[in-house]
Amino acid sequence: MALLEIDDVRAGYGSGPDILNGVTIRIDEGRSACIVGPNGAGKSTTLKAVAGLVKVRSGEIRFDGDRIDGLRPDEILRRGVCFVPQDRSLFPDMTVRENLAMAGYSISSKGELQRRIDEALEMFPILAERRTQRARTMSGGQQQMLALARAWILRPRLLLVDEPTMGLAPQVVQEVFAVIQRFRDTGMSVMLVEHNVKEGLGCADWGYVLDLGRNGFDGPSESILANPSVRELYLGKSVARHTEKIL
Amino acid sequence: MKPTAAQPPSAAPARPAIADPVLEVENLSIEFGGVRAVRDCSFSVARGSITALIGPNGAGKTTAFNMITGLLRPSAGSIRFDGVELVGKRPHQITRAGIGRTFQVTRELGEMTVLENVVVQAPARGLRSLIGGGMLAHEEERARELLDFVGLTRVIDQPAKTLSYGQKKLLELAGALMAEPKMIMLDEPAGGVNPRLLEDITARIVELNEQGVTFLIVEHNMDLIMSLSHSVVVMAHGQVLMQDVPAVVQEDDAVLDAYLGMA
Repeated sequence: MALLEIDDVRAGYGSGPDILNGVTIRIDEGRSACIVGPNGAGKSTTLKAVAGLVKVRSGEIRFDGDRIDGLRPDEILRRGVCFVPQDRSLFPDMTVRENLAMAGYSISSKGELQRRIDEALEMFPILAERRTQRARTMSGGQQQMLALARAWILRPRLLLVDEPTMGLAPQVVQEVFAVIQRFRDTGMSVMLVEHNVKEGLGCADWGYVLDLGRNGFDGPSESILANPSVRELYLGKSVARHTEKIL
Repeated sequence: MKPTAAQPPSAAPARPAIADPVLEVENLSIEFGGVRAVRDCSFSVARGSITALIGPNGAGKTTAFNMITGLLRPSAGSIRFDGVELVGKRPHQITRAGIGRTFQVTRELGEMTVLENVVVQAPARGLRSLIGGGMLAHEEERARELLDFVGLTRVIDQPAKTLSYGQKKLLELAGALMAEPKMIMLDEPAGGVNPRLLEDITARIVELNEQGVTFLIVEHNMDLIMSLSHSVVVMAHGQVLMQDVPAVVQEDDAVLDAYLGMA
C-alpha cells in the first residue's frame, strides 16, 4: 500500500468542466513525485484535490489506506498532509514568528510549539534574522522560505508544494530546491508541481506527466525528459512541414 | 535532447520576412514596478493569416495583447496596424481602427440577454445613431446573423449568465465581430471549452479566416494551434524567441527548453 493513492480522480471547480479527467498517482512513504505538464494539464488541481480544496467528483484519494476525498481541508491536514499553495497564503501583516506560530495552531502543547518554531528558525537562518519582520515586506524568495518553514512546523508525512519557484530569481530558485531536498532527506514524502521541469524532477524519485487532466506517462524522474513524447506534449502533435503561400 | 544555452538578449529573433504585414510590432517594451515584463518584442502578423502567440506561463503574451489593444501603454516601441501607429491610442480607437478581441476570462453582461450582449458591441456611429431609430434595428439584425453564425440562435433570449463557458466564448466571438474587425485577437479561445464546442469555435475561425479576417491567437492547446496557424510567434521571459511556421517551431530545441523552464 502506497502512502498516497489517487485513483482515477475527476475534479473541477464550481459547476465548471472537469479539469481532472481520471488522474491516477501513487506515492510510497518516504518517496517523492514531481508532476509536470503543460498549462491546463491539471497539476495544481491535483494537489488541491488531495488537500481537499477541490471537490473530487469521482474516483478516490486514499492516504495511509484511508479515504480522504470528501474530508475537510483541516481534517486532511491533521492526518499529515500539508499543502503549500502557489500564492503562499502567508499572513502578510504578521511577523515571521507569528506566521510560524499560526502554522502550529493545531499543536496543543505550547512547549512543543516553541521548540518547533526554534527548530524552524534554526533551519532557515534567513527567517531567524527576520523573525520580527512582517511577511509582506519580505522578498518573494524569503516569503517562499517562510511558507516552507510553516509546513515544516507541522512535520507532515506528505508535503504538497505548488510551483514554489514561480517568479523567483535563479539564485533563489536553487535555495528553494535545496530546502525541498532537505525535507526529503528527513524521510518526508513530497509531491511537487514545478514548471522548471528538469530541476523539479531532480527533486523527485518519480515523475508524472499530466496532459489535459489525464495521466500522460510516468517513470523514474531521470527517464522523463528522455521520453520523445515530451516534445509533442509541450509543442503539440507534429504537423507536416509546409511552406505556406502566406509567408 | 541536447541542452541549449539561453538566447543572448541581443540576438535578433529569427523570423522570415512577411510580405504583407497587417500588424507590425517593433521593439515593444513595458515595465511593471521595475520588472521588464516585455522587452524589445518584435513580430509581424501577415494580412489574412492565422498567427499564434505562444510561450510558457509568464512569457508576456497577454501583456503584449493588452498593449496592442491599448489597455496598457508600452514604455517603448511601436505597434503599426495597417500602417497606422496604435501606441497612444485609446482602446475604443483601436477597436475602430479594425482590431477586435476576446478575453481569457469571458466578460459577458450576465443579466442581459445573449442578443443584447452582441448588440451593445456595435460601434457607435455618431449623431446618426442618435437620430435614426432604424439604426438599432439594423444592428439587431446583424447581431442575429452573427449569433446564428456562431450557433447560439437557440439561446438568443436567455440571460448571458446561463450560458456554458464554451458558449460564452462563442458569444464573445460574435460580439467582437459586430465592429467588423480586420483582425481578431483571441486570448485562449479553447481554455475550458469542451471538445464539441471547441470544434465549433475552430470551424468559425477557419471560416472567418477564409473570408479574409486575420487572427492573432494566444492559446495553450498546442495540437490546435499547430494545426490551425500559418505562423507561430514564440515568447519567453518577455522576449520573442522566434517566429516561424508551426513545423519549424515544433522542432526547435530552444522553444522546447523554454517550455521546460530550461532556457
